[in-house]
Amino acid sequence: MGTVAAHGLRKSFGKVQALDGVTLDVPDGSFFVVLGPSGAGKTTTLRAIAGLEKLDAGSVHLDGRDATRDAPAERDLAMVFQSYALYPRHTVYENIASPLRARRCSSGEIAAAVEQMSSLLHIERLLQRRPSQLSGGEMQRVALARALVRSPRAFLMDEPLTNLDLKLRVEMRTELTRIHRSLGATFVYVTNDQVEALSMADQVAVLKEGKVQQVGTPTEVYERPANQWVAAFVGSPPISLLACRADGDRLVGADGWTLPRPRWTTAEDGRELLLGLRAEDLSVEQRGDVSLSGELYGLEPLGDRTVVDVRVGTEILKVKARPTVTGTPGERLQVTVDLDRAHLFDAGTGLSLSEAGR
Amino acid sequence: MAVSVDEAVSTGPARDHAPPARRLGGRGRSVLEVVLLTVLAVLMLFPVLWMLETSIKENRDVYAIPAKFFDFDVTMAHFKDVFVAPDGGRTALSVSFFNSVVVAGVSTLLATVLGVPAAWAYSRFAVRAKKDQLFFILSTRFMPPVVVVIPIFLMYREFGLIDNKLGLILIYAAFNVPFTIWMMKGFVDEVPAEYEDAAMLDGYTRLQAFWRYTLPLLVPGIAATAVFALIFSWNEFVFATFLTSSDSVRTAPPAIAGLIGGTTTDWGLVAASSVVFALPVLVFAYLVRKHLIAGVTLGAVRR
Repeated sequence: MGTVAAHGLRKSFGKVQALDGVTLDVPDGSFFVVLGPSGAGKTTTLRAIAGLEKLDAGSVHLDGRDATRDAPAERDLAMVFQSYALYPRHTVYENIASPLRARRCSSGEIAAAVEQMSSLLHIERLLQRRPSQLSGGEMQRVALARALVRSPRAFLMDEPLTNLDLKLRVEMRTELTRIHRSLGATFVYVTNDQVEALSMADQVAVLKEGKVQQVGTPTEVYERPANQWVAAFVGSPPISLLACRADGDRLVGADGWTLPRPRWTTAEDGRELLLGLRAEDLSVEQRGDVSLSGELYGLEPLGDRTVVDVRVGTEILKVKARPTVTGTPGERLQVTVDLDRAHLFDAGTGLSLSEAGR
Repeated sequence: MAVSVDEAVSTGPARDHAPPARRLGGRGRSVLEVVLLTVLAVLMLFPVLWMLETSIKENRDVYAIPAKFFDFDVTMAHFKDVFVAPDGGRTALSVSFFNSVVVAGVSTLLATVLGVPAAWAYSRFAVRAKKDQLFFILSTRFMPPVVVVIPIFLMYREFGLIDNKLGLILIYAAFNVPFTIWMMKGFVDEVPAEYEDAAMLDGYTRLQAFWRYTLPLLVPGIAATAVFALIFSWNEFVFATFLTSSDSVRTAPPAIAGLIGGTTTDWGLVAASSVVFALPVLVFAYLVRKHLIAGVTLGAVRR
């Protein structure tokens, strides 16, 4: 068993409201990612679950039992810190053995467990070194080994891959997913990297300014963002948002463009809206019935694809195109829009208006 | 990072390619530096040198006029007189040195045992009105200690702590605890709290986490702080004079001062006991010199 339920977490640091009613329900065995920009309260949430942060309000239930007032040691959780927090005066072996020593395991058990972990994470050669003699990637593995060496209720990971270089990060992503599958344990994983969130998670909770914006599978969060902010935060290149308003069977842009009004929207006429268009739902290469005209603003070749920036009125649309696309800035372009995949948000509240009709 | 004296007095960027002896640059400048530093060193160190010389001079050379700088007869008799009485027993001075060791040692130990956990708590926990509390603790060091000699004397008389080693130990510890808290808080701040967080998740209690993983990292800081406290307690004169009277309780500073006065002063004995008195401090300061610099340049400590 390993369910983690955090309800109505509130925590302020001086005038800053770090957590403003955060509620998360992490199912047993899931890979649960808390995603948000820096300062969103992700780490505070994790530390609150771990018992390292005293809450102003709210409760933490572990396996259905109220653990809000339990000391960290009593919660039976393991955590990987962003800084790794390896004990500097102890060898790698002693670092990994620490959770077992705290539980007074016999030295035979400890040796066996450390050996098993170090072979799982390929750090057998490092056991007698000290943390200062390790590279970033090696430290990360040791920190992971220290967490994995016992079988806690759940694993808490605070941006464990942030300090690694890109190549290593991609490798470790795969490895973490593999470890999660083989252990079948509950992972609560905090990151500001949406690629990590989308690629690893069973469930994603998007956090902003201490409030949960949306909880769902990666697909749900990407395909059906609950609000304008989630839509803009998740996805690369970022979604293009155009100010507009509904007018009969048309959407009229603030810059004068018009598009047919999508059938699924329930917005009443005259309401200020934001039309959200993802780069892959736009095209400058295919002809379609529904299009916007604009001029080429710039090209961002990314190797496997090129992002074409198209200026429509005063706003920039990001359009995904094949890497072979060419053009000169200022050139007139037609951008084909897949309106079935577009998103509409209330310009005032930012909330999605797409859901009701779909 | 510790700054060596060479670095501290360096006069600017290296002048590798500058033409030599331009204005006061190059050799001219360093000669002037050496001369000034030498003059300063002689002025500062002459009394020390004189003390060392006097402590090993025969008595007739001690009182010779004009004073003898080099061609005096060497004797260790004064040092023997410090410890061994004419009748072969222990001298009052040697007892006072022993008292100084006990008083300075125990009061430093007490201040460290009380101050280090307090510093840790102030560094790690959200304490109500933390800044005010810390300021209050520091403020006890603002006034010259002499100011409270009379009240302390009256208080001690009520409690029977006059002419009692415990009395001196307590008052020195009281002066050293605020200092220890402030200095150690800086060192604790430098140790990331995440080690303790990690240890608590490993399954240790907060105190175990502190004991196992933070305390070992604080040892250099504790050593530096304790040496400062030890030097204060070792050197303290005013309270020792007021609060003690008998030879069996007296610490070295008033005991040595007591040698001066009366009809004649045995300067050889004064010098020898001063040397004995100064040595432990010098040795300790030498042992922890790196940490002393680290201690006084707090915040610049690089781990």
